[in-house]
Amino acid sequence: MKLKERSEFLYFAWENKKLRIGVSIILFFLIFAIVGPDLAKYPPLEYVEAAAFPPSREHWFGTTIFGQDVFSQFVHGLKATFVVGLIGGSLGTLLGIVIGFTAGYRGGMVDEILNLITNVVLTIPSLAVLIIVAAYLTVRGILTESLLIGLTSWPWAARAIRAQTFSLRVREYVDMARISGMKAWRIIFGEIAPNMMSYLLLVYILQFGGAILYAASLDFIGLGPTNAVSLGLMMNYALLWAALPLGIWWWFVPPGAAITAIVGALYVTNVGLDEVFNPKLREM
Amino acid sequence: MMRLDKVSKVYRIGAFGGKKLPAVCDVSFDIRDTEVVSLIGESGSGKTTIGRMILRLIPITSGKIWFNDVDISTLKGAALKEYYRKVQGVFQDPYGSYNPIFKADRIFHIIRREFFPDIPQAEWDEKVERALTSVGLNPRQVLNKFPHQLSGGQVQRFLIARALLLDIEFLVADEIISMLDASTRIDVLNLLADLKARGLSILFITHDLSLGYYISDRSVILYRGYVVEKGSTEKIYSHPLHPYTKMLMASVPRLDRKWEEVDVELKAKQVELSGGCVYYERCPKADARCHRQRPTLVEVEDGHSVACFHV
Amino acid sequence: MTLQVENLTLYYRTLRGDARALEDATFTMVDGEIMGVAGESGCGKTTLGHGIVLLKPPMKFVRGRVVLDGEELPIWDTEAMKKFRFRKIAIIPQYAMNALNPTRKIGKMISEILRSRGVNFKSIEPELKRRLDLVGLTYDVLDMYPIELSGGMKQRVVLVLSTLLNPSVLIADEITSALDVSTQKAVMEMLVGFRDRRIVKSIMVITHDISILYQVADSIMVMYAGQLAEKASTEVIIHQPRHPYTKLLISSLPKVGVRYTETQLRGIPGSPPPLLDPPPGCRFQERCPVAFDKCREVPPFLELEPGHFVACWREF
Repeated sequence: MKLKERSEFLYFAWENKKLRIGVSIILFFLIFAIVGPDLAKYPPLEYVEAAAFPPSREHWFGTTIFGQDVFSQFVHGLKATFVVGLIGGSLGTLLGIVIGFTAGYRGGMVDEILNLITNVVLTIPSLAVLIIVAAYLTVRGILTESLLIGLTSWPWAARAIRAQTFSLRVREYVDMARISGMKAWRIIFGEIAPNMMSYLLLVYILQFGGAILYAASLDFIGLGPTNAVSLGLMMNYALLWAALPLGIWWWFVPPGAAITAIVGALYVTNVGLDEVFNPKLREM
Repeated sequence: MMRLDKVSKVYRIGAFGGKKLPAVCDVSFDIRDTEVVSLIGESGSGKTTIGRMILRLIPITSGKIWFNDVDISTLKGAALKEYYRKVQGVFQDPYGSYNPIFKADRIFHIIRREFFPDIPQAEWDEKVERALTSVGLNPRQVLNKFPHQLSGGQVQRFLIARALLLDIEFLVADEIISMLDASTRIDVLNLLADLKARGLSILFITHDLSLGYYISDRSVILYRGYVVEKGSTEKIYSHPLHPYTKMLMASVPRLDRKWEEVDVELKAKQVELSGGCVYYERCPKADARCHRQRPTLVEVEDGHSVACFHV
Repeated sequence: MTLQVENLTLYYRTLRGDARALEDATFTMVDGEIMGVAGESGCGKTTLGHGIVLLKPPMKFVRGRVVLDGEELPIWDTEAMKKFRFRKIAIIPQYAMNALNPTRKIGKMISEILRSRGVNFKSIEPELKRRLDLVGLTYDVLDMYPIELSGGMKQRVVLVLSTLLNPSVLIADEITSALDVSTQKAVMEMLVGFRDRRIVKSIMVITHDISILYQVADSIMVMYAGQLAEKASTEVIIHQPRHPYTKLLISSLPKVGVRYTETQLRGIPGSPPPLLDPPPGCRFQERCPVAFDKCREVPPFLELEPGHFVACWREF
């Protein structure tokens, strides 16, 4: 992105509907997650009321079948969701960057080996691995969950970054940098990465969303954090305790809707950003 | 000054490098002090590969390149940087040589950071100004701009100025004017000739014969990685000896005469080379011997060598 | 056959306004003429070539007429032009040879294109064979994928394809710039051969390489920054040019036989004006050694001698 076009970029970013909608939704939930726990009147896991009360003035989202306040579970779970997305997503992106840049820039044997590793990790069904590992660990926290997710979701990012690096590496300005005596790491971070900033941002967004979904799946089948609340866990319990046939919709609809909205908004933001960065996709 | 001794480059392609693709085969020639040598070849001749090997951008498969009697493949670290102080390159795509998100001057900042880290600002500014004026640019007009705000000719001259900041002795000019407009080409070409007069040696890589004739002292003709003819430019252009050179001369569109009738076999997709002469498939004079054996470079007259049995 | 172009003006829509890529182009091509259109980047030659056949956004039709054999071509209407494209007038765009679908065999690609024009492949097959023969390709090229062909072969396939329905006018846009010198010669000679055999009646050769035009063109039209500068027979343009730009351009070309040590050639200082906001009048004024006040008015493209058109106040 040319520096002089920064104002042009901001103009397009602002004008782009998808970007506006996506970012607004994410910000809404983020603020909710930050502020929410303070708004919740009751601790999330304590039994505070009669069971299965529908939403009321006392309990905005009603109560679970155990008499827990759904609203406070919701906001705490929301916070956990964002934490997983942040840590898991960041780890996955970081690994993808390190491996992708190295393989793409060095080429040759280094690339072949890293490629092999990437392909192997890619084809291992990560959900199965996560399930097995999670099942072995008797006590699991949010951090562990995020780490596990980060460690298994980097391959596609590594491949994508490697491909981009390959194509940028043969540009003549990289040759120029080399005959100016620049060291390899300097070239990668000084010449190549800046040209990929938009791409790296998009990778991060997808990793973030993917991590959230992974966590929700793990939580849903009961392999989430052992002593915390998360949106997926809420849905897990709701399912286990027959919320649907019993009509306790306020238990699973908020978490389900929230996950869908957040991940959906992330993807929409992704598409919007793509249009902003790539002038050819803009409608004229 | 720069000597290539049986230099070859073979690319390995396919998974884990199974197949071989020879790009440069057994090339030997030299460039002396204060000399312009044209390396002439069409696409697939390996001329760009040779330029890049001289600039240490790709490794040599076999053979040696000597710069002032030092084998350049032995250079590492600080010694390599010293090499780049003396040997630089300018490439074909003027705008491609700049990182598109930064201003054009950045290439100067990089040189300063890598080669003159302790130089005081005032001295550096003066150095830059001198380099720019010596290539015919007005510093006030070209500094602090983005590459797309400058014309192709200005951008190429900017790159030459960058090389001059380093006190170079040798410049690899790889098709540097083929992407420029006709009216600016000649200015950059004149600049190169000017630099030669001031002591620089230049390897002028091109596919355009008329450009080669304009500024070079000696010429090397490449075909599919092999040297087929080399010698003083005057001699090669007035009496080309190799059938390929003759064909090139006859096919060059000129403004003073029309194309000759010449027998030319057009290239099919590159076939695998047999052990014989590299030009066998297309040569009107080819015979059985040419198919079996590869002719070596033989000096036919003073400073003029050809690789052909039929000379 | 005649192709008359009158006051053709085409602009390009950009985010910052309209780029005036072609301004009031008026010229005529006659039967059997190979006319070269020469100029540097941004002169409008590609705009001219494409505008006549393939006008589509971001190109904008402003005004003008194109009349082929007495029939006006509705160039502003892409749909209406369909019945003229390929049959009456055809174009080989730049880089056409790189646009061949890599997953289609050549023969399949040709039959698909013909079908889209309502022509049955079988019916035209014998003629196709004759044409392939003419350009030195064997019939099995139809069974190959583009990747199996060399640059020259692909360009010849493109040549055959665009002239298969015998258009009156063929526009060839930079068809030799990516080719080797020997292949360039062969392809250009084939082009001339097509004209000689009346497969096409006339050809517009767009290129920046004037020496190629010297070899094959009957006349050359020189353009600068969207305006026509000069048009005359090849000999006259090369040896007796009258427009200052043409004179400077011809004298800046390196020729085999000219060495730096003997004669120093000179370029043209400066660069072309921006097309978004060009100066009024002749667009060469700023770089012209003989410019004067009248140049602020657009000079008309006048026929000073039979067949020799110049747009320069100094020459009137």
